[in-house]
Formats: sequence, C-alpha cells, structure tokens
Amino acid sequence: MEKKLPTIEIIEKYCKGCHICVEFCPTKVLEMQGFVAAVKNLDACIKCMQCELRCPDFAIKVTA
Amino acid sequence: MAFDYDKYIRPGKLPHIWCPGCGHGIVMKGLIRAIDALGFEKNNTAIVSGIGCASRLPGYMDCCTLHTAHGRAAAFATGVKMAKPEMNVICVGGDGDGTAIGGNHFIHACRRNINITYIIMNNKIYGMTGGQFSPATPTGAKASTTPYGNPDPPFDIAKLAIGAGATFVARGTAYHATQIDKLIVEAIQHKGFSVVEILDDCPTTYGRRNKYKSVIEMMNELKDIAVPVKAAEKMTPEQLKGKVLTGVLYKEEKPEYTAEYAKVIERAKGAAK
Ligand SMILES: Cc1ncc(C[n+]2csc(CCOP(=O)(O)OP(=O)(O)O)c2C)c(N)n1
Ligand code: SF4
Ligand code: SF4
Ligand code: SF4
Repeated sequence: MEKKLPTIEIIEKYCKGCHICVEFCPTKVLEMQGFVAAVKNLDACIKCMQCELRCPDFAIKVTA
Repeated sequence: MAFDYDKYIRPGKLPHIWCPGCGHGIVMKGLIRAIDALGFEKNNTAIVSGIGCASRLPGYMDCCTLHTAHGRAAAFATGVKMAKPEMNVICVGGDGDGTAIGGNHFIHACRRNINITYIIMNNKIYGMTGGQFSPATPTGAKASTTPYGNPDPPFDIAKLAIGAGATFVARGTAYHATQIDKLIVEAIQHKGFSVVEILDDCPTTYGRRNKYKSVIEMMNELKDIAVPVKAAEKMTPEQLKGKVLTGVLYKEEKPEYTAEYAKVIERAKGAAK
C-alpha cells in the first residue's frame, strides 16, 4: 500500500530563519534554503508535528 | 488538519515582533491551543499583561485584552475578575515584569487565591530593554547591568508562587512545546490562583552575552535540564544537580477569593438591614 504523505506548508513571509524546525525534526525532513526553512525530504516525515508546535513564528503547517 | 491558530489571532497581526527563535511565540501557540481545547468564548476570555516582550502577547490575541503598566498585570486582572467573576482571566508576562517591578502584585495575587491563571515566560532577563538582569538571572550570568557576572542568587519562580500561596503551580519549557497547552489547560481548570512558569529563551539579549552559539544551543539546554516530577522521584540528589523539575509541581484546594468576597457582600447586606 502506498503511504499517504502529509502536506507541509511553510509560510515564507512569517519564517525568521531560526533553524528550530530543521534542527529538531527527528527524521531530517526540513532544511534551510537561504534564510527560510524548506521541505527537503517529505518522504521521511513521520507526522510528529514537532516542527509545527515549535515554530515560534506560526510559519509551518503540517496536514497529516 | 493542521491546527488553525489564525482563528485566535487578530487579522493582519502576523508576523509578530519577537526575534528569530524567541520562545514567546511557542508559548503563545500553547496558550491558543489551550483556549481552543477548553472551548472558551473569545468574548468571555480576558488576557492581561504588563510591559515587556512577553507582555506584547495580548496584542496578537483576538480575545478581550489588556496591555497595562509594567508589573501591574495581576492588579488589573484582579479588577477584571472581581467585576466579572464568570470571565476566564489569564495573565501573561515575563520574569522581569512579574517578579521585579510586579513582584508585590504577583505574591499577593498568589496569597488571595483568586481564580486567575498567570503564565510567566521566564527567559531570565529583561529582553525588551536590552538585557538588564532580572530577579531570575542566574548567579554569575552576564547582563548589560552585570557585565562582570551577576552576584545575586535568582528566584525560583515556581517555589516563590508556592510559598506565597498559589494553589496550582506548574513548570514547562519552550522546548517541550507539546506539554505547554496541557499544563495551561490544567492550570485554568483549577479553581484558584494558578501559575505556569515556562522556561524560555531570549537569544538576543541573554544568549549572545552568555556565549550561546545559537538559539539551538539554548533549546538543547532546556531539553537537557528539564526532569519531569515523576522521573525525579527515582533520582538521587546527585543526579538532580543542575536540573529543574517540570510538570505539575503543586496543587491544593482552598477557598477561592471571588467566592469568599461574594459572601462578604452577603454579610454586609445582612448587616445593613
Ligand atoms: C515603570 C516602568 N519601568 C521600566 C520600564 C522599562 N521596561 C520595559 S520592559 C522591561 C523589562 C521586561 O522584562 P521581562 O518582563 O522579563 O520581559 P521580556 O522583555 O524579557 O520578555 C522594563 C524594565 C517601563 N516600561 N515602565
Ligand atoms: S512533522 Fe515531524 S517528521 Fe514531519 S517535518 Fe515536522 S518535525 Fe519532521
Ligand atoms: S521554526 Fe519557523 S521561523 Fe524557525 S526556521 Fe523553521 S519555519 Fe522558520
Ligand atoms: S529581545 Fe529577547 S525576549 Fe525580546 S523578542 Fe527578542 S529574543 Fe524575545
């Protein structure tokens, strides 16, 4: 069965580039692209929501 | 679905003014999830603050809000609660606002056991004004006013609240985001004065001066020092050195102030007859 991937939306105009989401993602889904966070490897996402919970800037929305 | 924070934020208010990596935004998100979980009406929920970066929080919230004078959140909140005891009243603010200039208001609100929840974002410094030391700055730490290291011992804010008579006291951290809303929900559901201390980070005025390489190092420290109360029961004093307890630290049932005051009003009415 094909696994259903989540959608990760990064609102670039809110992101302040703190690296928190990138650093603490347990499966290294995210990376910094210049000053903002970006999705690098969506396949690896385990939908733990930690990036959304910890982003201080309301800049990530994960829809499982 | 992703959680809909926008429902509780005043339109057009984001991005907020807090610095990159400042934990205040993480705490605000926890508070929003708590208000949502409790199903509170925005029109029946008052969020009250003093002055400081942390105290900017109510400005973003689409609830009834009061941004008052430095240190006076507890006093204004007491006024709101006395006038409208049915209203949900939540104070928010920093360690400086709540335990330095506002220390007196804070301890007496604790003593009265009025049904208000006070969320104190403890980043160990006066962030807004450029990093002066606060009563929560650790001994030896550098602040703009203690360039050679702080000689003062800090307050343990949770202990201060318990000592002053608060009937529910909990502690979390900005790193442990999942726990923040749960602690706030429990605090709000408690009948009496409840305090939730969130160990927070100020990378701009505390982190830089105290040689943290980045906000990640500050977050990792919060991760490492936190020990849940249950886990601490099985640890030796040696193992607990340098750690801080998190979770619900104290809880007791005691007469609540607005209910007691209503009785005073009844007695006064009787005496006037
Ligand atoms: C009566 C008065 N005194 C001093 C100030 C200056 N002042 C503004 S914010 C602040 C400290 C805020 O620190 P804290 O509450 O820890 O919040 P943070 O900015 O760290 O979030 C001070 C001293 C003021 N606004 N009013
Ligand atoms: S939901 Fe969890 S696994 Fe997925 S990107 Fe966010 S932190 Fe990483
Ligand atoms: S945590 Fe939020 S603000 Fe920080 S880099 Fe990630 S998306 Fe940007
Ligand atoms: S100065 Fe410190 S407390 Fe104020 S917004 Fe910046 S990081 Fe946060």
